[in-house]
Amino acid sequence: MTTSFWLSLGLFFAILAASSSVLALYLRQVLDPNGKTWLDPVFAPLERWTYRFCGIDPRKEEDWKGYLASLLVFNAVGLLLTYLVLRIQQWLPLNAKGFGPVSPDLAFDTAVSFATNTNFQNYAGESTLSYFSQMVGLAVHNFTSAATGIAIAAAFLRALVRKGAKTIGSFWVDLVRTTYYLLLPLAFGMAIVLVSQGVPQNFSPYARAQLLEPVAIAGTDGHERRVETQEIVQGPIASQEAIKQLGTNGGGYTNANSAHPFENPTPLSNLLEILAELLIPGALAVYLGLAVGRRAHGWAVWGVMALLLFGGILLCWRAEAAGNPLLVAQGLSPFEGNREGKEARFGILDSVLFAVSTTATSCGAVNSLHDSYMPLGGLVPLFNMELGEVAFGGVGSGLYGMLVFVVLGVFLFGLMIGRTPEYLGKKIGASEVKMAALSILVLTLSILGMSAWAIASSWGLAGIANAGPHGLSEVLYAFSSTTGNNGSAFAGLSGNTPWYNTTLGIAMLAGRYLMLVPVLGLAGLLAAQKTVAASQAAFPVSGVLFIVLLLATVFLVGALNFFPVLALGPVLEHFLLHAGQTF
Amino acid sequence: MKDLWSRLRVALLLTALLAVVLGGVYPLAVYWTGRLLFPFQANGSLVRAPDGTLLGSALLGQNFRGSQYFHPRPSAAGEAGYDATASGGRNLGPTSKKLVEAVAQSIADYRKENLLSPDQRIPADAVTASASGLDPHISLANALLQLPRVARERKMRQEELREILARYTSKPWLGLLGEPVVNVAMVNWALDGKLGGR
Repeated sequence: MTTSFWLSLGLFFAILAASSSVLALYLRQVLDPNGKTWLDPVFAPLERWTYRFCGIDPRKEEDWKGYLASLLVFNAVGLLLTYLVLRIQQWLPLNAKGFGPVSPDLAFDTAVSFATNTNFQNYAGESTLSYFSQMVGLAVHNFTSAATGIAIAAAFLRALVRKGAKTIGSFWVDLVRTTYYLLLPLAFGMAIVLVSQGVPQNFSPYARAQLLEPVAIAGTDGHERRVETQEIVQGPIASQEAIKQLGTNGGGYTNANSAHPFENPTPLSNLLEILAELLIPGALAVYLGLAVGRRAHGWAVWGVMALLLFGGILLCWRAEAAGNPLLVAQGLSPFEGNREGKEARFGILDSVLFAVSTTATSCGAVNSLHDSYMPLGGLVPLFNMELGEVAFGGVGSGLYGMLVFVVLGVFLFGLMIGRTPEYLGKKIGASEVKMAALSILVLTLSILGMSAWAIASSWGLAGIANAGPHGLSEVLYAFSSTTGNNGSAFAGLSGNTPWYNTTLGIAMLAGRYLMLVPVLGLAGLLAAQKTVAASQAAFPVSGVLFIVLLLATVFLVGALNFFPVLALGPVLEHFLLHAGQTF
Repeated sequence: MKDLWSRLRVALLLTALLAVVLGGVYPLAVYWTGRLLFPFQANGSLVRAPDGTLLGSALLGQNFRGSQYFHPRPSAAGEAGYDATASGGRNLGPTSKKLVEAVAQSIADYRKENLLSPDQRIPADAVTASASGLDPHISLANALLQLPRVARERKMRQEELREILARYTSKPWLGLLGEPVVNVAMVNWALDGKLGGR
């Protein structure tokens, strides 16, 4: 490991820490319904007008059940809208290529995928979707699903602070304020920077370039076919790309996602896209400290997230930089690492940073093919998602996912040392722990249960592209990614079949909404409690001890649930590879 | 039930409004601003020959197989490779027999084309497929191994070719991010005199 490697990593985490602490201050104003921001002159009138137009009373707060109901109704409407847009895109405007309707199962999978902030790509954007479908069907969800996640986190934090309260806020206000004051301005700024790097933003028809040297290929009917032109994708890519990263959505405009030179043209755009994934989740962790009045607690949680991310980067980088001995044996240079499925302009480190960040958050955009990673290199993204994406995590979902672990950790270690488990003055009793455990069990059950179903069925096995343990990894990755609402893929798996579209869709719905119910229920329980006076015996929520215990909780739960299947997939493949075995 | 209807009404109105703001106004604002500030990039970095023919995009690779050209990386995009409407990679895992065979074949071809010795180690990017299938770049090491062949075919001095390569080589950002890479399509267009006065 060279100096420039450590310099790059140091710079990366320094920028991340600085941006988290600045944005957290801004978040405090955004997530307070009466907060004041410097964007008020622009957005306050729009906000007021929106409330009036939709008939929202911004002062009316709801209890956790009402909050959940509004959230579910809003998400259901959005899901249906996208399904409809995809099914009738042939009659809608801005369809330069004349694409026909998307098939029912793929439209279902895609609509669920975007509503749940997953963005699993069974669709190939540039050859399936019109500009209108991309902008209205997909990009709107990139905003609203992100805002939904942040709203839940905001409501959860309110619940932590309030004493004996029935209500936890207004979903509509949280949604609207997050969208207008946070996501929209950030996305606009980032989109313009991306355009400067070369990401297109236009509504022109696809361009056709003349090749200097036509290519002859054998057609399926035995006749030779000459390819004399290259058709070049166009469209509103930059506006899509910016919110796709900021909202940890990850659904690409093109099939190749952020590996496509039009989505991610330069090393600088690459760094921006990685930081954009981590920006809001990082700021939310710091905001936790501000909201509960204990800065050190927020930074301790931030630190645990950063350590998980850092460990993942080191492990993945080691595996990828070492390269593939099977290919070196054929005469490949041994010094350049595993380059299959990676772009030349990014190289190993920039690809690994992206791969680990995109799965530690719930983004799921990719700038290299995870399917072609070395076994242990691919294990890191897989394990990241199975931990529930809490190393910064999705926007909002990362924070509430981590807080579930905090509640569990406080309970486990509180009992071990004989203290009454309490967190920030709230007692953690049987009901609270049941809710926390339930939300983790939903994830585990969905990932392992669905994967088991797939590998025991003919439809499941039919989609696998790579034989041997790698095939198991492909299936496991698909259900981990969809349940965790990540959306990246071991893309060799042919997921665009009616069976996979449907089961992956169900995994996404379970991973998002079945997890939400216990999380909001937990928030309701915590809000209703009266705070007990902080006693000497209270459990520390910052400092080294807390960081170690929280890390241990995350690992214990993740390890116990997933190590057996990981041993059969990536770990076994690693040993077979070094024994020279191919499939 | 009345409760549900009122929620549904708000959800429908808000969805409609946000579809207009986020799905309409936002991309249009980016479009107008982008076109004003960075017109070349906003339109896909399209490169034209002096006679107006569209050569391609400065950001997308193209397939060149002739011996007078620098060759790009293997591509899995479309049947012919470098199909810009079918981006994607091979998606073969590290223990895939297909991958090992494909790489072995590419190594043999590469050595033969460039008259290299059978124990010459081949730069990894030259024989592995990129993720997008549209990678416009190759590594500097890869380009330098191809350089004697192109110089021979075009009857050019190697130093002259090196200068052209340098012109289309991008350096890492701040010396930290990314790797030094050569834009293959730009070099080949320049060699064929398609880039005008440059």
